[in-house]
Amino acid sequence: MDTFIPAEYEVVRNPELCIGCRVCERQCSNEVHKYDKDLGKMIADSTKCVNCHRCVCLCPTHALKIVKSDDTYKLNANWSVQAMNEVYRQANSGGVLLSSMGNPNDYPIYFNKILVNASQVTNPPIDPLREPMETTVYLGKKDVEIKRDIEGRLVDTMPPQLKLTTPIMFSAMSYGSISYNAHESLARAAEELGIFYNTGEGGLHKDFYKYSKNTIVQVASGRFGVHEEYLKAAAAIEIKMGQGAKPGIGGHLPGMKISDEVSATRMIPKGIDAISPAPHHDIYSIEDLRQLIYTLKEATAYTKPIIVKIAAVHNVAAIASGIARSGADIIAIDGFRGGTGAAPTRIRDNVGIPIELALAQVDERLRQEGIRDSVSVVVAGSIHSSADVVKAIALGADACYIGTAALLALGCHLCRSCHTGKCNWGIATQRPELVKRLNPDIGYKRLVNLVRAWSHEIQEMMGGMGLNSIEALRGNRLMLRGVGLNETELKILGIHHAGESM
Amino acid sequence: MFVNDLEHKKAPLEGEVRIPSGCAVSAIIDRSGKKMTGANVIRSIATMHDRSNGLGGGFAGYGIYPDYKEYYAFHLFYNDFQCKKETEDFLITHFEIVYSSEMKTRKTKGITNEPIIYRYFLSPLSKRLANSLMDEEQYVVKCVNKINAEIKGAFVFSSGKDMGIFKGVGFPEDIGRFYLLDEEYEGYAWTSHGRYPTNTPGWWGGAHPFGLLDYSVVHNGEISSYDANRRYIEMFGYKCSLQTDTEVITYVIDYLIRVKKLTLPEIAKVISASFWSTIEEKSEEDRREEIFLRKAFPSLLINGPFSIIFGFTGGIMALNDRLKLRSMVCAEKGDLAFVSSEECGIRVIEPELDRIYSPAGGQPVIYTLKEGGAL
Repeated sequence: MDTFIPAEYEVVRNPELCIGCRVCERQCSNEVHKYDKDLGKMIADSTKCVNCHRCVCLCPTHALKIVKSDDTYKLNANWSVQAMNEVYRQANSGGVLLSSMGNPNDYPIYFNKILVNASQVTNPPIDPLREPMETTVYLGKKDVEIKRDIEGRLVDTMPPQLKLTTPIMFSAMSYGSISYNAHESLARAAEELGIFYNTGEGGLHKDFYKYSKNTIVQVASGRFGVHEEYLKAAAAIEIKMGQGAKPGIGGHLPGMKISDEVSATRMIPKGIDAISPAPHHDIYSIEDLRQLIYTLKEATAYTKPIIVKIAAVHNVAAIASGIARSGADIIAIDGFRGGTGAAPTRIRDNVGIPIELALAQVDERLRQEGIRDSVSVVVAGSIHSSADVVKAIALGADACYIGTAALLALGCHLCRSCHTGKCNWGIATQRPELVKRLNPDIGYKRLVNLVRAWSHEIQEMMGGMGLNSIEALRGNRLMLRGVGLNETELKILGIHHAGESM
Repeated sequence: MFVNDLEHKKAPLEGEVRIPSGCAVSAIIDRSGKKMTGANVIRSIATMHDRSNGLGGGFAGYGIYPDYKEYYAFHLFYNDFQCKKETEDFLITHFEIVYSSEMKTRKTKGITNEPIIYRYFLSPLSKRLANSLMDEEQYVVKCVNKINAEIKGAFVFSSGKDMGIFKGVGFPEDIGRFYLLDEEYEGYAWTSHGRYPTNTPGWWGGAHPFGLLDYSVVHNGEISSYDANRRYIEMFGYKCSLQTDTEVITYVIDYLIRVKKLTLPEIAKVISASFWSTIEEKSEEDRREEIFLRKAFPSLLINGPFSIIFGFTGGIMALNDRLKLRSMVCAEKGDLAFVSSEECGIRVIEPELDRIYSPAGGQPVIYTLKEGGAL
């Protein structure tokens, strides 16, 4: 009854180079490659291939490549191959389509239509190789009262802050959605870099409490893995109200990824899909959120910043304003391109708004209301490079979360098949033989390399703008110009078009 | 906003566009409170002639209105008599006008296109002030903002007590003579500014110093943090209509002094903060204070090159950016203290000095009247 769906990508083997070593066969959890005894050579079943490039990368003779298949249905500008295949798949299965990682469709990427300024003549650029260039940022409430002791000295009235040596953190990715070794890599990298990683809603594995100074723990609608010790261990607590990849619904963890360890850490049964409720069932309005924020503050004696993470949706500015007035210390906004380990395809591809627009509106609204100081703003949802970090900060962010970029550093090739649990790179899987492919000793170093490289680039760009402190970049929108954007887009972003002067 | 006959050239005015400029700054204070005319400060800034390009100069004098020291001295530029009438109608409903007259000026070569310039000594109408539920200073600031924002062609460029700002388009020494600062006024402190803008706004209001109440700022530099500072300070009711660094710096200092009640040295630690690495090396007490100030006011760090002289009743503060990207020297001779972009601006007045030095980036130099020094 199932309609055959042709492979989107084809495995191409160069027979002159192939030495029949069968590495590809051993490396492929999708069982694409096998040695055919009768033919006496390696063959491949492209219909099983997810294009993760594991075999291509590990083939010792570089005999393999994956190409877009030229098999096609009758060309149709209205019905794409993908749209047709999805209909076939749903007619085959009767199910909701699942996808992973961020929205891959052809929507505008506003960061790529924004250009950054540099100083010359009237104002000197600053050389980061020869002058200090500060990227340290503190996240938390800034609207403090100035108090003095009897000798007139200033009293430190700052609420709890997160100190980042560079304005980059690792986004929430749960143990369960990603592997033990991936988590260890993130935790150790955060510690070495002086930044933070985020447990996501999967709880905190007992082995990782030693990294708790660099750990943000999440409290999500499923409350998986939340207990007193977990809250107390963290540097900060994040309430997950929404996620950019799937606004309006809760987290999904397919049952085959729930191993014994994941089950113990999350405090849920093994092997059964863990689907978090769409809302928090104790938060049906903003005043309820306030209660949860203060519950968590009470539970941790007001020693930790509380982050509220929301998805970028149409009324994100009003929501953020409400959150800023509800006691949150930090708001994290996740754009519609944000990644996920599993999401319904229709939601991932059709719900939410770009992070650039959401950020610009949130920052502006908080300023209009005079409460920008009550919260820090962290943004996520496809920060591709250090340039995106610079642009996000100039638009008004305090820092950025990176998820996909961090996974790429660990080896991910964006095959977008995390929900299958068969990640050949040892990242989005719980199968021990796959998990062990990711060596945390190497993984954490690659993450450290990535963030250090980005930090250097941020410093270069700051210096070029004549800035030597990241604080002076935050919200400095005159440093940005749009190119090829229409009036409405420019207005929303609060920037001039390229060519317009200061 | 004030319009002059350059308008037909379609050059954008100050406030319509952000205009970078280089500059010279200079200041003298007699810490004994003894008064001097503006002659010396004019000589000082004139020596640095090449740091200006004839497109803006100005002065602030402190202690110059002893007979009216209880009253707010408003200096106004008018484009025409229509806006003058509108402004005076506004003033009369908000203040008691104790004295008003046209500003005394003399024809000076190089000074052209001058607007109509008036001076008023004012006292807020007590009932009106009480009904406003604001304190007196807030009330005055609000009135100044209202005139500047809403009456086309009128601009209040000085609004403090017992002090005055005098400025215009031209070389600063010509502006000084134009206003007769070398003859008509005596003050215990003077600051001055010569401007080198990159294009020709040709608007008198755009010259420096920029003032708010008795605060005045002269500034040399182009701050890179402008929009970060502007967007932050505008949360607290300020409106940066001129888009100049001087304007935003004045508001930042006003906010930190008047609203947050920080001291001048604390303000220096906010706007020209030490590097984190430097703070780490300080004593525990200083470290605690500086980390607190940087954490609390990160958006008020002023980044990029600047040297500023901040004038206030009873003193001046000189401050450089944290990297010292603009020259500035300080000197002392007896009760006299000097600040200048270049040493020549000091030596020309006082060749023999007790002490002359270049303050480090971010190190505030504050000279105030000695105790008993007459205000």
